[in-house]
Amino acid sequence: MNKTPEQINQDLLRPIYHTTWRFYASASILSALVLAAFFAWGYQIYYGIGVSGLDRPVFWAFYITNFVFWIGISHAGTLISAILRVSNATWRRPVTRCAEAITVFALSISAMFPLIHLGRPWLFFWLIPYPSERGIWPQFRSPLLWDFFAINTYLIGSVTFLLLPSFPDFALIRDRAGGWRKKVYSIVSLGWRGTPKQWHRLEMAMRIMAVAIIPVAVSVHTIVSWDFAMAPVPGWHSTIFGPYFVAGAIFSGIAALILAMAILRKTLHLEEYLQPIHFAALGKLLLVMSLLWFYFVFAERLTTWYGNFPSEMPAFWSTQTGSFGPLFWIMIFCNFIIPAPILAIKYLREKIGWTVVASIPIIIGMWLERFLIIVPSLSHKYLPYNYGSYRPSWVEITITVGTFAGMGLLYLIFSRVFPIISIWELKLGMTKGEAPALASQEAATEET
Amino acid sequence: MVIDEDRCTGCEACVAACHAENNIAIVGDDQAARGRAMHWIRVERYYEGDFPDIKVKYRPVPCQQCSDAPCEPVCPTYASYHNPEGLNAQIYNRCIGTRYCANACPYLVRFFNFFNPVWDKPLDLQFNPDVSVRSVGIMEKCTFCIQRIKAAEIKAKAEKRPLKDGEFNPACVQSCPAEAMVFGDLNDPESQVSRLSGSSRGTKLLEELGTHPEVTYLKRDTWHNEQNA
Repeated sequence: MNKTPEQINQDLLRPIYHTTWRFYASASILSALVLAAFFAWGYQIYYGIGVSGLDRPVFWAFYITNFVFWIGISHAGTLISAILRVSNATWRRPVTRCAEAITVFALSISAMFPLIHLGRPWLFFWLIPYPSERGIWPQFRSPLLWDFFAINTYLIGSVTFLLLPSFPDFALIRDRAGGWRKKVYSIVSLGWRGTPKQWHRLEMAMRIMAVAIIPVAVSVHTIVSWDFAMAPVPGWHSTIFGPYFVAGAIFSGIAALILAMAILRKTLHLEEYLQPIHFAALGKLLLVMSLLWFYFVFAERLTTWYGNFPSEMPAFWSTQTGSFGPLFWIMIFCNFIIPAPILAIKYLREKIGWTVVASIPIIIGMWLERFLIIVPSLSHKYLPYNYGSYRPSWVEITITVGTFAGMGLLYLIFSRVFPIISIWELKLGMTKGEAPALASQEAATEET
Repeated sequence: MVIDEDRCTGCEACVAACHAENNIAIVGDDQAARGRAMHWIRVERYYEGDFPDIKVKYRPVPCQQCSDAPCEPVCPTYASYHNPEGLNAQIYNRCIGTRYCANACPYLVRFFNFFNPVWDKPLDLQFNPDVSVRSVGIMEKCTFCIQRIKAAEIKAKAEKRPLKDGEFNPACVQSCPAEAMVFGDLNDPESQVSRLSGSSRGTKLLEELGTHPEVTYLKRDTWHNEQNA
């Protein structure tokens, strides 16, 4: 099969012109869940953060877990897309935009959690350095302030990275559409005419952004890990946290990307664009990250156990054999024992269904990983008299569920507003004779 | 401050006095069971040995007023800061409630207002006017009764004389019937607290963390254990 450019246009722009009842049904269910989460947040602001399950000594729990988890998911997109662009991996073309969109939405969601978790969220702007009547700057030594800057940098960078290659596609819609769509897309395509000068500038901008965004993405999750590693808390104060968090973030990010692609492929009928070869390639990356993640966990656990510091061991044993033990071993199963063999076997890796089977437990396992870093350590700090525990309240659970629904909702709307696959990049690949999976994979699938 | 573990009987008069002096919220049994009780000073109980040969050890723990306090640099809004006299001050109005300071504190002597405080009658009639009441969503902690320090300093300044050792005490020290706690100026080598903190029985809590606490604990001496043996 070889699609003509016109067929590609029709295939990929269809979701923008046509919405089905399925879209409205899923959008309303997701919206209801998001509204429930906003209600829970309002309830918490009105009555005080005591309506959550937080206590002393577990001052951070679900909200910070979600914060780290969603930042991790956000590493799916921009980072992977940038690495694939820089390394000129031709199979990336249909994958980049859905990956970049994950970044923008997951990051926006995660950026809400530091606010949700504040005791007085209405004063969050005191983290912004601005000359105020209070006469003080924020504390630049605080990792939370580093976080604030890192996340904002990453968010601005990711939005730019998503929008830049979208302009030619917006212009395509503008040229084909009528009515209100023409007006809207005329504005958002920012006067894209497709002149050689414009193409040249776009290419330059993308090259610069792809290189610039990689250190930003790495630094963001390193700084998130330093929120923990800088504090003298048993189990947190570790030099391994920076790379460990970055690896975990990319790991969960790829799993999320595979899930998103599988759903898009089914619901938007993109079978011929997102092919098993793409899932297999991402599956290979996922396998590497799974092995890397396991290596980090093993190194971290072994050194803690062997070092045998009295202050570290209560938190350590609580996650191995104690009350957090079951969660820990579920995490090991979800992140390594289930996905690694599936992804290591070539036959399974090339089946889309199996890559999904490997990805779902990783999402669960990586959420648990963040929870297990935060809560067991906080509940076993130094003086045994103050050991505590934690149980989430309905407010935290509702907000957590709501953010997953929110991610789904944002992505759903996005896929009806943006062409979910970068049309011009796909065509560019075809004219270059790369045949990004469209023709060559066709042959491969016929063989199997 | 010096705290003599040998003298402490675990009566918790210091805890009650601290609550009254500093307008500390009484959260109620329900919240206390969830680990949200606020006691700027607490008496930790540790049990040694098996029943019936149990020895109970009491250790009153207020804020250790560390010289290198882990709670201070982590606060993004300077709510937790080191005041010129060497106290770890908490500026309530600056606090936005990230609770990072409480996580960083190895002694867990920082307390969070999970709800707006309420006082059952007639406790609402006994507020200390010198101490501000804290609202929901902010951190609070032991101040070494800074209001008493300031009052004594102002009085001494008005009378044009230096502060005398033992001229005033924080509420916990004042109320201790066993006189297990001594408060004073560590910079004054002649003060009682300076002499006691140089004792060979003197230890610091979690000294290995390098926080350099200003509170010295006088440990139970060996004769005590021999006597009980």
